[in-house]
Amino acid sequence: MMDSKTSEIYKQVVLDHNKTPRNYRILDPAMYEAAGHNPLCGDRYHVYLNVDDSGIITDITFSGDGCAISKASASMMTSMLKGKTVTEAEKMFHQFHEMAQGKRDPETDPGDLGRLKVFAGVRNLPARVKCATLSWHTFHAALKGEKKVTTE
Amino acid sequence: MPDVKQQLTAARCRDDFPILNRHVHGKPLVYLDNAASSQMPLQVMEAYRDYHSRYHANVHRGVHQLSQQATDAMEAGRESLRRLINAADAKEVIFTSGTTDAINLVMQSWGRTQVAPGDEIILSTMEHHSNIVPWRMLCDEKKAVLKVIPVTDDGELDLEAYESLLSPRTRLVSIVHVSNTLGTVNPVKQITRMAHARGVPVLVDGAQAVSHMPVDVQDLGCDFYAASGHKMFGPTGIGLLYGKKEHLEKMPPWRGGGDMILSVSFDEILYNELPYKFEAGTPHIAGAIGMGKAAEYLMTLGYEEIQKQEKDLLDYATQQLTAVDGVRIIGTAREKSAVVSFVVDGIHPHDIGTILDFEGVAVRTGHHCTQPLMERYGLTATTRASMAVYNRREEIDLLVHALREAIKVFR
Repeated sequence: MMDSKTSEIYKQVVLDHNKTPRNYRILDPAMYEAAGHNPLCGDRYHVYLNVDDSGIITDITFSGDGCAISKASASMMTSMLKGKTVTEAEKMFHQFHEMAQGKRDPETDPGDLGRLKVFAGVRNLPARVKCATLSWHTFHAALKGEKKVTTE
Repeated sequence: MPDVKQQLTAARCRDDFPILNRHVHGKPLVYLDNAASSQMPLQVMEAYRDYHSRYHANVHRGVHQLSQQATDAMEAGRESLRRLINAADAKEVIFTSGTTDAINLVMQSWGRTQVAPGDEIILSTMEHHSNIVPWRMLCDEKKAVLKVIPVTDDGELDLEAYESLLSPRTRLVSIVHVSNTLGTVNPVKQITRMAHARGVPVLVDGAQAVSHMPVDVQDLGCDFYAASGHKMFGPTGIGLLYGKKEHLEKMPPWRGGGDMILSVSFDEILYNELPYKFEAGTPHIAGAIGMGKAAEYLMTLGYEEIQKQEKDLLDYATQQLTAVDGVRIIGTAREKSAVVSFVVDGIHPHDIGTILDFEGVAVRTGHHCTQPLMERYGLTATTRASMAVYNRREEIDLLVHALREAIKVFR
């Protein structure tokens, strides 16, 4: 029988996004791109995105490999951010970061997190917080024009 | 007083390790991360406590009773460690903060005086980062060259390749005794003989060996041997460097300070004799006493008992894990210590590690500080179960059960 804590993070939606990641391809050409690396786990991802004149993210994709939490997080991030404005996306990045670090409870203060609240469980797994946030940091770095990010 | 040796057996030793009775996430702890750090028996804790509660003082300095007692206990610890690895003289046993520190001592003191541009240092693909980084640093400084003995698919050193790497420019062979990732036990005696045939000294990284198999540095013939206290039932922050006197006497000190001198003026320093020349500053006295006690514990238990139990655990774990669909064991050398690294189709080791932890099972996941070795096998990480003499078959069953649960989650 699976422990309740296990089910808290390894929910069906996470497992599904891990198995069948969305937007899992290289975007070429891409206006923004960055590489993210978690030296502890060896997780490595690239995040690519295009933004139109009105600041809307017209396409966002990722490539790379890592654990289920990092891959599902990248997959769900790209699904959520496509069609959002850069300002909205940056706001979600901050909210996600706060949730992963246990500074925001998505049950009482969901903000724009929506489905992303499945990752709230990582706050109980300090060693895995970086897995959930890696693709978000990489997205953030890409927008800022930083080519590389590591979570160390 | 009953004979302790008759009492302490592999079957009974588990009672000496109180931590093994604790629970994790509501489940009984199954501790299978001994290659990262082994647990400590009551006897070592008692020695540690005894120093602090009865005779804590600095060593080699005071004329008072406490200082003398502390000095005697620390030197008794050194002697116990000498016996454990059968060094010819306790002066050849230098206390360090661990294996990493011991290797760095050799790099800084021996390496920086003996290695010149164009010289070569031989390592292997299966080295821990602690036996790569110091040598890379030295090679960068001295414009020297690292040569690397390749590893076979089974996780054994390619000795023919090693033979061909030995050259007139080889200055040192630095090799791991037991691989922390693969469990491979390397033929360090043969490796040493081959190096010595060309007059090349050998350093052996014994961090993963000393608590699992008898080590006789004189029989191995190696020039240096490094080990850590916390991987042999002792405390953290303490380790040893064994070095042949002929080398140590010629080597300059690498850290200056108190206790490593005979006399000091602003113009001239007269260095202390071995082993103190390499032990600047107040040492980790409690650690040295604890590590010495751990050595006694190992000798009392006896390597015959240890190896019998660990061989059983290794065979059982190998058999049980192989039987799990999708599991592939990394490291299938003929001579192995009780370490089983494995990967599971479609599941990242970190996810396995997290789910096993929920079940109370502590394993290591990641690259195990052996990134070049991971690259050799085209992996970024493995899950590693590493056993000690106090582990039981039932714990392997719990590991395998938890692993099957993890696989169920992902399938």
